[in-house]
Amino acid sequence: MAARRRLVSALLVFLCASSVFSGAESQEATLTGGHRAAAVDDPPTDTERAEQAAEQPAVEERRWEATEVEEATPDEAAGEKQDTSAPGTAAPSSAPQPKDDFQEELVVRPLHSGDIYASFQFRTLWETDFTRENKVSHYRLFPKSLGQVISKFSVRELHISFTQGYWRTMQWGQPFLPSPPGAELWVWFQDSVTDVDGTWKELTNVLSGIFCASLNFIDSTNTVQPSASFKPLGIGNEATDHRFLRYATLPREIVCTENLTPWKKLLPCGSKAGLAVLLKSEKLFHSSFHSQAVHIRPVCEDRQCKTTSWELRQTLNVVFDLYTSGQGKREWSLFKMFSRTLTEACPLASSSKIYIDVTDNPQGEQFELSPATALLSQAVVLGDRRTFSVYDLTQQITFGSVRSLNLLIRWKSTEGDMLRPLLHAERYVAGYGLQTGEIHTLMYNNHPYRSFPVLLLDSVPWYLRLYIHTLTVTSKGKDNKPSYIHYQPSKDRLRPHLLEMLVQLPPNSVTEVTVQFERALLKWTEYTPDPNHGFYVGSSVISSLVPSIVAMDTNSTLKRPLFSSFFPCKEESSFFVRIYTEPLLVNLPTPDFSMPYNVICLTCTVVAVGYGSLYNLLTRSFQIEEPSPGLAKRIANIIRKMRGVPPL
Amino acid sequence: MEMLTLLCLFSTYLLASSINIEENAGQFFSSGHTNNWAVLVCTSRFWFNYRHVANTLSVYRSVKRLGIPDSHIVLMLADDMACNHRNPKPATVFSHKNMELNVYGDDVEVDYRGYEVTVENFLRVLTGRLPPSTPRSKRLLSDDRSNILIYLTGHGGNGFLKFQDSEEISNVELADAFEQMWQKRRYNELLFIIDTCQGASMYERFYSPNLMALASSQVGEDSLSHQPDLAIGVHLMDRYTFYLLEFLEDIHPASKTNMNDLFKVCPKSHCVSTPGHRTDLFLRDPGSVLVTDFFGSVRKVELTMETINLTGHIKQWEESTSLRTGRARGIVA
Repeated sequence: MAARRRLVSALLVFLCASSVFSGAESQEATLTGGHRAAAVDDPPTDTERAEQAAEQPAVEERRWEATEVEEATPDEAAGEKQDTSAPGTAAPSSAPQPKDDFQEELVVRPLHSGDIYASFQFRTLWETDFTRENKVSHYRLFPKSLGQVISKFSVRELHISFTQGYWRTMQWGQPFLPSPPGAELWVWFQDSVTDVDGTWKELTNVLSGIFCASLNFIDSTNTVQPSASFKPLGIGNEATDHRFLRYATLPREIVCTENLTPWKKLLPCGSKAGLAVLLKSEKLFHSSFHSQAVHIRPVCEDRQCKTTSWELRQTLNVVFDLYTSGQGKREWSLFKMFSRTLTEACPLASSSKIYIDVTDNPQGEQFELSPATALLSQAVVLGDRRTFSVYDLTQQITFGSVRSLNLLIRWKSTEGDMLRPLLHAERYVAGYGLQTGEIHTLMYNNHPYRSFPVLLLDSVPWYLRLYIHTLTVTSKGKDNKPSYIHYQPSKDRLRPHLLEMLVQLPPNSVTEVTVQFERALLKWTEYTPDPNHGFYVGSSVISSLVPSIVAMDTNSTLKRPLFSSFFPCKEESSFFVRIYTEPLLVNLPTPDFSMPYNVICLTCTVVAVGYGSLYNLLTRSFQIEEPSPGLAKRIANIIRKMRGVPPL
Repeated sequence: MEMLTLLCLFSTYLLASSINIEENAGQFFSSGHTNNWAVLVCTSRFWFNYRHVANTLSVYRSVKRLGIPDSHIVLMLADDMACNHRNPKPATVFSHKNMELNVYGDDVEVDYRGYEVTVENFLRVLTGRLPPSTPRSKRLLSDDRSNILIYLTGHGGNGFLKFQDSEEISNVELADAFEQMWQKRRYNELLFIIDTCQGASMYERFYSPNLMALASSQVGEDSLSHQPDLAIGVHLMDRYTFYLLEFLEDIHPASKTNMNDLFKVCPKSHCVSTPGHRTDLFLRDPGSVLVTDFFGSVRKVELTMETINLTGHIKQWEESTSLRTGRARGIVA
């Protein structure tokens, strides 16, 4: 009985096993079959395979430390034969992996008006050559989409920015990285490009796909070639042919989450780790100013410039308003600004730091910063020596016992002045009606005794016809003749006006540049679907070397925080500043597109006037009529009629 | 004795379940398409047309959730509502009052936006006749085994759909575009959904095979909007798409709901207008067409019993690379 039961249960188990594992069995059979076949194919190389298996882990170890492989392979002559036979390890032994490095930082600067300015910078340095014939195929930290753009279009420098809002220099000071409202793209091409316009057109289309923006609207009607304002920011700052430079702005371009998403995907850690976890769109776009940019340029690795590498900087500047984001309370924290806190640095980053500007708070009397940090750093930025409290995210101790970092800045007093920015500009349109107008650009030099020159670049669309003979430049009431003027007149529907001037601004003064224009009537197909909104004129660009209060550092290869090393510095007594004015919104004479209403009115009028008068003329006849008698006579006539007597 | 009966029952159950697996696997391969695409278009501009953008984004969200990746979706939004300066909550587009569901989300890629959404660009995307420098994300790279979902919303009339308040596309043009797509083998099956006033007029003129169409209202009827939100100040969604979104939220990638359920999505009591559909050009029976055939991206996996020996190929590659590097080293040395 027990034996029978045991037999039955064994049968049951066998049935279960056979049905459940029937599928897997066939797979296993194939795998074992494969192994057996391989073993059958090459029995003599069994020993070799054992050797390979033994030194595989050794070779893989070597691959992690790329620099050691370079030194090891020339010495190991004996190991060469083994290297060539091992599959897939031929690559690291013959060509060393180019070095790449990623740094991220966040600078928080409390502004005098109660707002707070946060500037993110992510920098990837890669020692590789995109221009050689052998295509770069192995990407690690550098994003592949941008690498392919650089090599395909022979780009030397690429700067693209998307901005929402306008930077208020007088209230907020100078930004670390300026940008105009809308989208701005300027590119230096390599000398080897033969058709720069065609390459430029293709490049804008490709970038519109990468950044989900309508950059394909950049064409010859809004592209200019500035001759002096946009010198390269990387290597080759001196001798440059401006035929290889193209600059365009789209002031109407909006920036929203659909532009932030592909921008975040270019970062090595994405938005999963490091400082990029703070970039949440619901908070970033609910701000007074938001600007995200990508800058690519070649830089020197050392003082003598023996090796060059490609630098990719992704920057994001945002200013949070005290009342809309801060609820009126002068207390800012990472959680209040970004609705997130930090838990770790990006593992691929060699340095990950947060800098808080505490220059106005040396003894802690203005605001209180928590958690406290002992690290302090000084940097010369924007012509001033500023002190920063530093939080190093690569150290575990920064996150404390709660494993998360939420910086808190609480204000105690609201006194204190702001350093007045030395250079400031405004622009507006004057005039009335839809026929003519006048563009006024005002440039303020707030330095008490130094004067300095500025380069003003104006790019005006062709439908505002500038009268350059009315151009006047006045400072302190007197005529101020520019020492250099480059003017390219516009061609209807082909290219815009380009005006570049080098103006010397006297100390403590306002310089006004005015030019009159006439508005053109566009063809009816050229109007946008919402022409009554108006037409935009891009911002003016004012570039200048402003005298600095402290001596600037001219050695660009020293280790410095990212925010102070963007613009190259050639001399110690001045620093480079670029400011953008407001874009203009002008109304052009717009026809009335409400067709049905107009047609009905016109048709009815024509019908009423034309047909009506004709009908009257044809059918009207004139009769003689006697004047009507007075009231007494009429009553007498009525009585007579009743009596049967003929009337009077 | 009981053990024996238990054994018999167990074995029959196993047999039955294995037959069911075969049936499921068979159904898997019945539709004939290998990839899915979606073209979602919102044609209206201006802040008061917020609901059209919310319509399109809710279909985008469902389609992404059910598996179609961004590279296979062409999203065209004629105006920006999320970062519009009149939006009290920037970077959000809500589909329901009380701001329950943000259909804009954190991971959205809009391919055509603003002034780029024109009739010409829409027809070029459908027919594939784009300038050579157009990036991949702006192209509809479908083939003859693609199922395409096309969703249009905006303001329309009897026989036309208005684009951006300045131009129209007529039902004849749309039908001809689909015929071009058929002749160029750019789709396997196509589902066309339109949510505008008098939407049924847009599919009256179709004449190419394998087209199924749904509209939110008949000729002579207006499609109505659902409900306004007092904080945002505009109507948030149209009724038909609101109930369509509710229906799609219940669908998951393995769901077996078919097209007959989709036709019943918004009865007259909810929608006020009468939704219509057209299936006479479609070769399969709508009851056998799964909703995920168009809204999801169900990948087909084919199991094979064959074995392929790879080690021989690896050895060949090894030898060729070693020859190359050996030669190079010889030159250098």
